[in-house]
Amino acid sequence: MDFLPITETERELMLQRIGIADVNDLFSDIPRDTRLENRLDLDAGLEEMQVSKRLEELARANSNAADLVCFAGGGIYDHYQPALIDNILQRPEFFTAYTPYQPEVSQGTLQAIYEFQTGICELCGLPVANAGMYDGATALAEAAFMARRVSRTRSRVLVAGSIHPEKIETLRTYARAGTLEVEVISEGQRSCNNTELCTALGDDVAAVLLPYPNYYGMIEDVAPLIEAAHEVGALAVLDCNPLLLSVLKPPGDLGADIAVGEAQCLGNAMNFGGPGLGFFACTEKIMRQIPGRLVGKTTDIDGHDAYVLTLATREQHIRREKATSNICSNHALNALAAGAYLAATGPKGLASLALSACGKAHHLHDELIRTGSFEDPCPKANFGYEFILDYCGTGHLDALYDALIDAGILPGICVGEKSLLVAVTEKRTDPEIESFVGEVRSHA
Amino acid sequence: MPEPFQNRGPRPTIYESSRPGATCVCAPVADTRDASSDAFFGDYARQAAPALPQVSEVEIMRHYAHLASMNFGVDTGSYPLGSCTMKYNPRLNEWAARLPGFAQLHPSQPDETVQGALQLMYELQQDLCEISGLPGVTLQPAAGAHGEYCALMIFRAAHTAAGNPRKKVIIPDTAHGTNPASVAMAGYEVVTIPSTTDGLVDLEALRAALDHDTAAFMLTNPNTVGIFDPQITEITRAVHEVGAFAYCDGANLNAILGITRPGDQGFDALHINLHKTFSTPHGGGGPGAGPLCVSAELCPYLPGPVAVRTETGAYARKNPDKSIGRVRSYMGNFAIFVRAYAYIKMLGAEGLRGVAEQAVLSANYLRVIVQDTFTVAYNRTCMHEFVLSGANLKAETGVSTLDVAKRLLDYGFHPPTIYFPLIVSEAMMLEPTETEPLAALDALAEALRAIAAEAKSDPELLHSAPHTTPVRRLDEAGAARNPNLRVVQGFCS
Repeated sequence: MDFLPITETERELMLQRIGIADVNDLFSDIPRDTRLENRLDLDAGLEEMQVSKRLEELARANSNAADLVCFAGGGIYDHYQPALIDNILQRPEFFTAYTPYQPEVSQGTLQAIYEFQTGICELCGLPVANAGMYDGATALAEAAFMARRVSRTRSRVLVAGSIHPEKIETLRTYARAGTLEVEVISEGQRSCNNTELCTALGDDVAAVLLPYPNYYGMIEDVAPLIEAAHEVGALAVLDCNPLLLSVLKPPGDLGADIAVGEAQCLGNAMNFGGPGLGFFACTEKIMRQIPGRLVGKTTDIDGHDAYVLTLATREQHIRREKATSNICSNHALNALAAGAYLAATGPKGLASLALSACGKAHHLHDELIRTGSFEDPCPKANFGYEFILDYCGTGHLDALYDALIDAGILPGICVGEKSLLVAVTEKRTDPEIESFVGEVRSHA
Repeated sequence: MPEPFQNRGPRPTIYESSRPGATCVCAPVADTRDASSDAFFGDYARQAAPALPQVSEVEIMRHYAHLASMNFGVDTGSYPLGSCTMKYNPRLNEWAARLPGFAQLHPSQPDETVQGALQLMYELQQDLCEISGLPGVTLQPAAGAHGEYCALMIFRAAHTAAGNPRKKVIIPDTAHGTNPASVAMAGYEVVTIPSTTDGLVDLEALRAALDHDTAAFMLTNPNTVGIFDPQITEITRAVHEVGAFAYCDGANLNAILGITRPGDQGFDALHINLHKTFSTPHGGGGPGAGPLCVSAELCPYLPGPVAVRTETGAYARKNPDKSIGRVRSYMGNFAIFVRAYAYIKMLGAEGLRGVAEQAVLSANYLRVIVQDTFTVAYNRTCMHEFVLSGANLKAETGVSTLDVAKRLLDYGFHPPTIYFPLIVSEAMMLEPTETEPLAALDALAEALRAIAAEAKSDPELLHSAPHTTPVRRLDEAGAARNPNLRVVQGFCS
């Protein structure tokens, strides 16, 4: 099946109008020796009904969050997605549109992004937010490069080793260009050693990248590090969970210059980890170095309020090699979902949802320790709705993990051989939590 | 003639519609066990709630219904945006991506529980390799620009392994803006070479620029004036002679599906825009996906993980030996892969070739029926797109390409890409795609004729266009001079 609206008769008519007999005549610029002699070696085309069956079979070959209760996080969370979100995403005027370069017929996308920017600013306590990035990892890498541009001469960034390992890996890949030196502090540790980080500070440091909360769920004492960074003239970048910012002190209030993070948690499905939604907020002082798109409010010639992509002289289509980034996308639909999600939950709703998740997580944390199979290596640390425990039960953690999978529970993410990173969203019910604990007990 | 855009005026933001106490049904009821923010976070507890909107569900839906009505999508009307391939987005794709067995997967699930997802990725990888003529692929890049960047980092790694990372990357003056921006991010110096008067690569200029400090040459082929460069094998050979890599920007892959393959043309790497060629939606600016196909030599450097099929027939995730490391988190934009997979399976080999044939036929038909109205920049057989120049019209009437583009909105068409490529004065780049009905192509040509006539009879009408859109021309300079980037209300800084 194809999607061609042109009939055979119309095709003939078109060929006649062009003045050729055969469509192949249009491809004469292509050197003969590079043309395919045979058709591509792909499956023959199928009817829609057959493809839908094949897709259903592939989908069924996975255990989804309905049959494998999700206690895994690490940046992607099984939060409840209100039904209205996907209904908005399915409006073809949003999803079949291009980038809003023609503002007169793109006010829907533009205003939605402006509202998304507003929501991110509210959560971060920072005055500027862009239209979005690919994901949390690329947002963090771009933040490091932005800090380097702001500082002009400084080429070193210090990164807390307790940031999500895939984010650190992405940053390291980006740094292979040789224009940035990445120094990871306390790598492999559960939290960043503040003394070690402060010792590494110097006047060649462009930025300090800190987690809020860290990969292991903990809220580290980042405030003194932000201060220390500022003392040597470096920027402070916080890598945040935006949903938790409804109950955590905003990065701007803590003195952060840039706040970034993964915003899948704001109304987006897990989708096996992609597409994600990177968010990016900063202070006004450095806003002209921000990567990506920005939507601004202005007026049209009739004096009506209107929205437009602005400060585009930072971007690749104008500045080419001098652009602040090569990014030419903002995951607009994910930003649309996040904007609608913030409106649907509202200020109280979002905070109560976050606290509900935290409450459930603390409950499961305590219950798991009570089983005697787990212990908390950092019992004094504050955490939100994700925590890490060390396994001290019989046998290997792997065996318990497999047993839980068999019981229909995705217990979290194994970190090393003996630790389990567990996330509990507001979606998890008491029976699900009890069943998790029950399986751990019965395995002991 | 399609109906002009429905005039629905501006609407206050949802923040300005907020009323204290209004809630949406989605706000969860607090659990009795819930402690306060202070108890959980001590000094790090938030004291003042963020000033998010307080609105009911019906207000949210009306808000977004109104916003949607101010947008123009492929479903609204013709979208001949050159280089962007705004083809129809099949609805089966949307349905498939929302199946719980795809949408509700966590990236950390063990391989045994995501066999269907890994098989889908594996098959998509295989299909993209066959289509590109290149044996290796990573699905990880989130967008075309991300794929370019990933390729340049792979080139850097391969050159470094050979003893010298090299210093510069050559691009033609017709290149997309992302090309030089990606080159700079990858730490290379950009060398731009001029095109010939035919809009092709100037082989002499290329040969003069190539040396042993050249890491790569990047080329969009078919190029951004819609012409397949007939010297392609000579170009890639010249690049290889100095040990550099030939990179193909795959933005225009739609024109050559099943007809010729970048791998067979001598390219070492190619990014594919799934949101252009493989029908996944543009989404108003993403998410798309930019898989990168590479030659056998470059396979070991691909970012991991990639989906592999093991000896037992099971699917797994694996990191290539000398991987440059990941360029993002997780496995890539999986929900986009599902859509592209559905499209490829639906069309098959014959269908994909049919796409290229019709895309090229439709572009040539449109070129022929508008050539009496506007100057065609390179008036010869084109591929899937062609470039008009409004320079004559501007000299004659004072009406610019921007005016023409804005007036097209009044006729119910999304304008073409304008002022690109940079080498054509007053450029308008039209790409009708294969999914545009014949009547729509005729109507577009008719609209362009009517506008050219208006330019002569009533130029002011065009200078002040559009007239029927939800808002009219914007004060863009004012927006940049005094940036207003959010609703200033709860949080003030």
